[in-house]
Amino acid sequence: MSLHDDNKQGFIEWCKRGEPMIWLNASAVTVSTLAVIGLLLLLAVRGFGHFWPASVMQAQYTLPSEQATPVLAEQVESEAVPIEQLLSAGFNIDTDDAFVDRQLVKLGNRDVTGADFKWVITRYLSEISYPADAVVIERLEWGNFYGYLQNVKEQGNVVASIDDGKAWDEFQARIARANNIHEEIKRIEKKDIGAINYRLEKMRLKERGLELDSSVSESRRQQMQADIAAERAELDVEYKVLQGQLADLYKQWHRDTFTMKTAGGQVKEQRISTVVKAYQPNNMNLIQKVGFYFAKFGEFLTDEPREANTEGGIFPAIFGTVIMVLIMSVLVTPFGVVAAVYLREYAKQGLMTRIVRIAVNNLAGVPSIVYGVFGLGFFIYFLGAEMDKALFAEALPAPTFGTPGLLWASVTLALLTLPVVIVATEEGLARIPRNLREGSLALGATKAETLWRVVLPMASPAMMTGLILAVARAAGEVAPLMLVGVVKLAPSLPVDGNFPYFHLDQKFMHLGFHIYDVGFQSPNVEAARPLVYATALLLVVIIALLNLSAVALRNHLREKYKSLEM
Amino acid sequence: MNELNDKAASFMTSDKSTVKAHAINMESLGRNRVEQSIHDEDITLTVNNLDLYYGEKQALFDVNMVIPRKKVTAFIGPSGCGKSTLLRCFNRMNDLVDTCRTDGGISLDGSNIYDKRVDVATLRRRVGMVFQKPNPFPKSIYENVAYGLRIQGINKKRVLDEVVERSLRGAALWDEVKDRLHDNALGMSGGQQQRLVIARTIAVEPEVLLLDEPASALDPISTLKIEELIYELKDKYTIVIVTHNMQQAARVSDYTAFMYMGKLIEFDNTDILFTNPSNKQTEDYITGRYG
Repeated sequence: MSLHDDNKQGFIEWCKRGEPMIWLNASAVTVSTLAVIGLLLLLAVRGFGHFWPASVMQAQYTLPSEQATPVLAEQVESEAVPIEQLLSAGFNIDTDDAFVDRQLVKLGNRDVTGADFKWVITRYLSEISYPADAVVIERLEWGNFYGYLQNVKEQGNVVASIDDGKAWDEFQARIARANNIHEEIKRIEKKDIGAINYRLEKMRLKERGLELDSSVSESRRQQMQADIAAERAELDVEYKVLQGQLADLYKQWHRDTFTMKTAGGQVKEQRISTVVKAYQPNNMNLIQKVGFYFAKFGEFLTDEPREANTEGGIFPAIFGTVIMVLIMSVLVTPFGVVAAVYLREYAKQGLMTRIVRIAVNNLAGVPSIVYGVFGLGFFIYFLGAEMDKALFAEALPAPTFGTPGLLWASVTLALLTLPVVIVATEEGLARIPRNLREGSLALGATKAETLWRVVLPMASPAMMTGLILAVARAAGEVAPLMLVGVVKLAPSLPVDGNFPYFHLDQKFMHLGFHIYDVGFQSPNVEAARPLVYATALLLVVIIALLNLSAVALRNHLREKYKSLEM
Repeated sequence: MNELNDKAASFMTSDKSTVKAHAINMESLGRNRVEQSIHDEDITLTVNNLDLYYGEKQALFDVNMVIPRKKVTAFIGPSGCGKSTLLRCFNRMNDLVDTCRTDGGISLDGSNIYDKRVDVATLRRRVGMVFQKPNPFPKSIYENVAYGLRIQGINKKRVLDEVVERSLRGAALWDEVKDRLHDNALGMSGGQQQRLVIARTIAVEPEVLLLDEPASALDPISTLKIEELIYELKDKYTIVIVTHNMQQAARVSDYTAFMYMGKLIEFDNTDILFTNPSNKQTEDYITGRYG
């Protein structure tokens, strides 16, 4: 038979060679890869465009048979809509086109005009220009302000105006000064006064504890109460001093004002203390814009949220997510490993063990919200409440651990991910070659010594695999967390400078819940939308980073404990 | 290889002259026919009427034999004949098999190792074992050798250094690895790994060395080195070796036991067993008629 059989080129032959399977497999991989890349691209484009300083357009918007209104706004997006939709919305449109272009513009000035986003029909925009002196002001409240700077005042006296050309520089300098003062105010309020409040609260609890403790002798009680009173008086003095400083700082902070003219010609005077930053996007070159972009992005990563989470950063959410995952890892790994060791190494491999193993595997399939309900019912309402009674009686009726918090969220997620760690570790233990165990036993090691010195180190990569899967699952969970400790806005981070530094009883913010909150609970949908995308991408990145570090650790362990195939 | 053969042959003849042919008490060794007396030998291990079952299946049938001190005793026989099982009885490795059960006894220096009060870890320290496939731990060469000592709670660097060097020299490995003691043991060749495992075993100074086909996974050169090593180790240790290779048994051992179907068929001085077997089955096996 000839090796070159030209007849074997038909479809059936092609199938016989297994080509369709190869194509099927390859296309499955391609589709998956494209889906992931597409997802990340969508998130990146939608989310990260938000930080770019868009040009500000000045135009006249004249709807047919209506008066022209001046518009000064950023263009956000544009789309074509069927004309019927606009007609039925009550617009008077003078065209027969089936589709009409319209665009979403960000007008800002919510305190002046009421709404800061508006759909405008593109064909009715005229006299479009991009004036270099258009100013965008990002404010602590009320969103952005768009307008033209008129003058800058110190205690009501004009120090620079647009006419003498120094207004912009003066304005920037005074914004910087106000921001510095604001930083100082925040530092005092959070750190110094926060510490005093914390100590006062501790003292109140101590006093209350003294009241509850009947075993203390009368003289000792009076002595301690006197001590507390003395310390409290001391703190009060400290507090008064800080209050004085604060009052002074607030006066300094509110000293300067500036006047802006809106596109509509209204003149509005505002305090410089309300300004986060001011910039003239039309006057910036590319390098300045790129610099601005990264500064803004850095702020997003490191700042606290403002304005119902639609402005500012998401640092507390990032921090909360990471710390919760870390605590969960610390809890779940030893527990899962210990359970797996018993199941695989010590338990008699009979029917009972099989049932337990199946039950453990099935736990991985229980919907996460069920774990949330369990966490709330058992950990918080039972365990936490009992802990409060036993350890924090002086704080009652205010709960300490009998309320959702970081600890319970971590414990609940540890429970949720426990099966994954057990299964992975068990598989790792099963893969350790029998002759290595025998080698150790033959040297006079007991079973426990063999486990500890040979088997567990060699199974550590498998444990890491379990942990990686656990982290991937835990970091993305939202549903159970809503029941056991995550909040929309936490006033402080669960780790701070006050003893004992880790506050496991505190509620915390979480990226997954933040996405939900910003996306669905936000009062300002248009402003929040890009943040949803950006936060989602960030969540993906953080999970990937947590995973990559675990993978790196696993590879290191694998290299260390690699064993020849035996 | 020839050189070793010569050496082994000369060693065997010289050894034979010291073993005197005494009448044997047939009762003490059971019904298995033993031609040659080993009464003059100092006995380390004694096997008395040993039966062994894996679940319902019996793997050893009424085995009776003795292992002489500081000699090499080889077990030969076809696959599945129970020679490895018997070997693993000497340090109770069979305990690891859940379904395994034994009747009869084995005594080490007169005390029964299957006694309830015996600490298995201590027994295994006295009766070391080397397996068919090299099984170094995924640790450094140094830590592999020091493992047994660390288990015993010896962590003094000075002591460990000394024992590691002595053991590696004892296993004829020192010169090859002295510059890379802290490299991973898995980077060594198979033959080196097997000698490392031997070093690891002699580091805890056992009385008996059980070798379960120690050279079967190795190339001829490595096999030669292992055989030379066994020859040297005989001065200090009682060695029991299981092997498939009859030439190897003839080269390295003083006494040979032939097993078949879980029974000890013939146990004798190696020279006599190979040159003048008294049992038909033994003769058939060593002449290659089955196995």
